[in-house]
Amino acid sequence: MADVRRVGAAARSPAAPSGLGLYFFVLLLLLYLPIALLLLFSVNDNTTLTFPLRGLTGRWYAGVLAEPGLLRAARNSRVVAAGSSLVATLLGTMAALLVARFTFRAKLALVSLAVLPLIVPFVVLGASLLLLFSAAGIDRSLGTVGAAHTVISIPYVLLIVASRLAEFDPSLEEAAMDLGADYLTTLRRVVVPIIAPAVASAALVAFTVSFDEFALALFLAGRDPTFPVYLLGQLRFANRLPILISLAMVMTVGTLLLALAAERLRRAR
Amino acid sequence: MDRRRAFWVLVVPPALWLAAFFLLPLVLMAVVSFRADLRGGLLTFPDLGLRQYAALASTPSFLRLLVLSSLVALAVAAVATASAYPVAYFLAFRAGRRAGVYLLLLMVPFWTSYLLRVMAWKLILGSSGVINSLLIASGVLDEPVSLFLYNRSAVGITLTYVWIPFAALPILAALQRIEPALMEAAFDLGATPLRRFLRVVLPLSLPGVLASFFMVFIPTVGEYVTPLLVGGSRGSLYGNIIQDFFTKAANWPLGSALSMVMLAMTLAWVALAARLVNLRQWLT
Repeated sequence: MADVRRVGAAARSPAAPSGLGLYFFVLLLLLYLPIALLLLFSVNDNTTLTFPLRGLTGRWYAGVLAEPGLLRAARNSRVVAAGSSLVATLLGTMAALLVARFTFRAKLALVSLAVLPLIVPFVVLGASLLLLFSAAGIDRSLGTVGAAHTVISIPYVLLIVASRLAEFDPSLEEAAMDLGADYLTTLRRVVVPIIAPAVASAALVAFTVSFDEFALALFLAGRDPTFPVYLLGQLRFANRLPILISLAMVMTVGTLLLALAAERLRRAR
Repeated sequence: MDRRRAFWVLVVPPALWLAAFFLLPLVLMAVVSFRADLRGGLLTFPDLGLRQYAALASTPSFLRLLVLSSLVALAVAAVATASAYPVAYFLAFRAGRRAGVYLLLLMVPFWTSYLLRVMAWKLILGSSGVINSLLIASGVLDEPVSLFLYNRSAVGITLTYVWIPFAALPILAALQRIEPALMEAAFDLGATPLRRFLRVVLPLSLPGVLASFFMVFIPTVGEYVTPLLVGGSRGSLYGNIIQDFFTKAANWPLGSALSMVMLAMTLAWVALAARLVNLRQWLT
């Protein structure tokens, strides 16, 4: 992501095509309009989402609590996101250490393998994993969704942690090893403390990647769906929309807080 | 533990995991795409052949949809990148001290649930949606029109909307790398603002523009959920037929062949992009 802090320094003026600011704020308005509409209808006292508005209500938000299927789907998404984020962070950090600190012949192969999941279309990846799990006789479940999510999260973890590793001098580690620390101790006492914010940020990014993912989950979720899959299945029942929007709003706030936390951690030095 | 052993401890788990859940499924899919049918189960390999690819090549609607999906992705990527350029320019050169806050404001919609944002567009464009109910309430229309939803332009609009904030990031990064001294030099040498933009700023930001374009184009080619939500039967893309052959129609060999064609095409695009942009520089 672009580095914000340098923007101020570069804010010199090569003369203006004017109206740039206006363009920016109109676009911002357009980007927020749909979200604002959803928020509006989540507190509007009407089952159908049409104007004119009928007055304020909190019953859609209260209604969420009376929906066991909905709450279960939301819980499933949290479980899958937490599990896949944990595994992806561990494996992605290992790959990042290899990429940034070791020289070996298969390096390019490893990097390609770890970054390619971002490039393979999700519909292809999802379908191929469906084939794999059928061939292996593994029933579709939250576990199969989680396995798919680790694959698409590893590239993000690798990129975030590797760029942090690139920022600090490898001679710190060499000094530790020269002074008699073995690799594990060096890792624990020198490397991990330095990359910890980046690893935490990567874990949060992996969590949000999984939490919102449905193109793969649609292929791989069994009878117990994750939240986006459940949402997709319920969208055709028009009268359920307000309750769905309400929960989606709550979950959006959650994702947003996580994303902001990840951004803060990534910039922490 | 010495570094040599550490290397193996670090390399084995990620390599095995990615081999099992990324490489192996794609290889299996490639094999299945050469089978005539699935008699005998997934793990037998009877006479492999090109029957599915022949079927694919002789069905004009598949190829037409492949071309169409590429065109939609091309249009979405072009419009999103062009719309994002002034945004990035504003943030890099005009926003001043508030640039950080503005960038955050721009990214918030991108972090909100994708499904939710698409649902919102459905809400706006639908036959009982915001545009229609506003037009009826204001007396412009007597009956709702279904013009706005369930076609390919609705898919295009929705996808463009979703990608604009994201497309601004690589361009912004490229603009921030431009030396202010270069612009001062252009100014001192008497270049007009337009000339300075066309001859200095734009050429130097082109790598960012290309990166944005491909970062939108590549995931959009394989898109199948957005057409499912706002496209209807008239708005489906190539990804939708793949999904159909794996779910409803359950013809996995043909679905696999269709997937392999899409994969090959995407990789070809990526190879092109990598030639045009130094990917390693722009991904980190």
